[in-house]
Amino acid sequence: MSAANGRAPASEPRSYHGQPVIKEPIWKPEIPWYLFLGGLGGASAGLAWLSELRGNDVLARRAWTGALIGTGLSPALLISDLGRPERFLYMLRMFKVTSPMSVGSWVLFVFGGASSAAGLDALLPGSAGPRRSRGRVLTTGFAGGAPPGARTPGLRPGHVRRHRHPPDRRRRFSGLLGRRSDSPSRGRRLLRLAARPARPAAALAGLPLATYTGALLAQTAVPVWHEARRELPALFAAGAAASAGAYATVLTPVEHAAAARRLALVGCAAELAVIPLMEHRLGELAEPYHQEAAAAYAQLARGLTVAGSLLLATRAGRSQPAAVAGGAMVLAGAACERWSVFKAGFQSARDPRYTVGPQRRRVDGGLTRGGSRRVVAAVGRAVGRSGSA
Amino acid sequence: MSALEVRTYGPDEAKPRVGFFTDTSLCIGCKACEVACKEWNRVPESPVGFTGNSYDNSIDLGANRWRHVAFVEQRKELGADGVAANGLVEAASIEALVADTGLQTYQDGDGLRWLMASDVCKHCTHAACLEVCPTGALFRTEFDTVVVQQDICNGCGYCIPACPFGVLDQREGDGRAWKCTLCYDRLKDDKEPACAQACPTDSIQFGELSELRERADRRLEQLASAGLEGAQLYLADSSDGIGGAGAFFLLLDDPEVYGLPPDPVDTTRDVGESWAAVGAAALGLAAALVGSVLFGRRR
Repeated sequence: MSAANGRAPASEPRSYHGQPVIKEPIWKPEIPWYLFLGGLGGASAGLAWLSELRGNDVLARRAWTGALIGTGLSPALLISDLGRPERFLYMLRMFKVTSPMSVGSWVLFVFGGASSAAGLDALLPGSAGPRRSRGRVLTTGFAGGAPPGARTPGLRPGHVRRHRHPPDRRRRFSGLLGRRSDSPSRGRRLLRLAARPARPAAALAGLPLATYTGALLAQTAVPVWHEARRELPALFAAGAAASAGAYATVLTPVEHAAAARRLALVGCAAELAVIPLMEHRLGELAEPYHQEAAAAYAQLARGLTVAGSLLLATRAGRSQPAAVAGGAMVLAGAACERWSVFKAGFQSARDPRYTVGPQRRRVDGGLTRGGSRRVVAAVGRAVGRSGSA
Repeated sequence: MSALEVRTYGPDEAKPRVGFFTDTSLCIGCKACEVACKEWNRVPESPVGFTGNSYDNSIDLGANRWRHVAFVEQRKELGADGVAANGLVEAASIEALVADTGLQTYQDGDGLRWLMASDVCKHCTHAACLEVCPTGALFRTEFDTVVVQQDICNGCGYCIPACPFGVLDQREGDGRAWKCTLCYDRLKDDKEPACAQACPTDSIQFGELSELRERADRRLEQLASAGLEGAQLYLADSSDGIGGAGAFFLLLDDPEVYGLPPDPVDTTRDVGESWAAVGAAALGLAAALVGSVLFGRRR
């Protein structure tokens, strides 16, 4: 039917002087860094809270610093990206589920409050910690525990750990008689109180924080982002797990870092698995990932992720330098992956082929009617490009 | 009117939906619309130099260009018998065609035709820019047009890649997103938008949308029966990917030839899919965290 138009069906999509159809995003480098740090922070909060439940304070405290970095830097990056930074609070004027940016602003708001309270409480002296006042530590009976002959007593399942900072109940009530010099300040006590619900809240809010960014990119007209809407959140979740695990692995003594290594490895494996899935879904639209900056970042990401995870899997359980090197490589790989996705979006927006091509095929293939009608409505709603002779 | 009476908007103040019907077969490429728009709306200058793209040196719509005239030169091969190949009407009948339809886009019989079209914000029924705007700066007016409230916009830039037509952009040095308002200020004074008033050939027609659509159907019928096979109405129906546009077009070739997307879609229709994917990914992340931390060896 398209012969009526004198155009070969399989020809290169036509365009207006090669001009783009859609606009490239105006987002600056702050955004890919936010994609990375938001994921790192979000997943770190979950890692920290769960590690506390398992009684691994050494790991938990380090993971909380990751959450705090995400909490501290993410808003700064986002505000700096605004065209009118002084109006950043307008983000909370409304809540719109059709706008992932609106939902994300609220998620970041909740996560920011919760992780600040939880993270600061965990890191400042005098922490209450979860469940510690009851003197028990949550363990899973069905797996894990130290192997026979473990070198670290106190980490056996069900063992009652002593606290580094045991809560002193007398101090808690001394406020009525006037504060003693060694009693925690009112602010510290408030923080301790707030941290109790804030720990699980931060861990929970971290989940959408690490994943909504997939929807943020997908809900645009940018071809490689919108057509990857089913895979982008998974890719970012995988990257978040990899970076939170890697970050904690770098900082934590190897004997306390097993969970962080596992998380990093799961994340790396998922990341490496989702990328081909996404490219398969994109089909021809995956081209930008093999061109220009997006390709360079993608290759770098893959290399760093593979090498880093190999190091984590083999040597990082015994050698701290290997843990630091492997973790750093995985972190860098996760950052490069975000940059690759970011750049690919710009490249696909810039080239009208990626906008026009798939749309033209949809119309010519009869999948949609498209934006045009050649026949008068009253005469008959014959679809698309059927000739009107 | 008593002092206690409160002014409210009653049904009598509801406005019919208005829009543009841009009939590109009447466009002579004078760019009066571009100029009138800039003058009335005080849109800053946007110098781009010489592009070499026919007579188009303003390139595209953007923060500082709310009307844009596209120029396409098409060389149509003429057969030995004077009949154009590729479905173009007979060269001999072009004069008649011009006389019958007022067609402005043909040069007589030499096998070259000009396509000129004045592009503008489409004021979509389902407007992606409005849906993704996190601050509510983009809103729908009582005329069913889509306008950016400049005192609210914080320059997040989300609307810019969300628009399937690439209409919006950020104004440099200002930071906010700008686009056609369909002369909201003039509408409120019962005046037609500046571009429509300035158009010397009535290529840009302003009015109530329902009436414009009927007029467009009659025009399409006229051009189609005169032998213009490429003629098509673009965004005139509510069954397309944006639910129909407030500003729709009569084109003489496929939309992409004018730099318009052939199947524009408001991505909001896929927002459920996106959130479902986010939910699944979040659950996956939770499973990875729980599995890594609570299960398995401690060291």
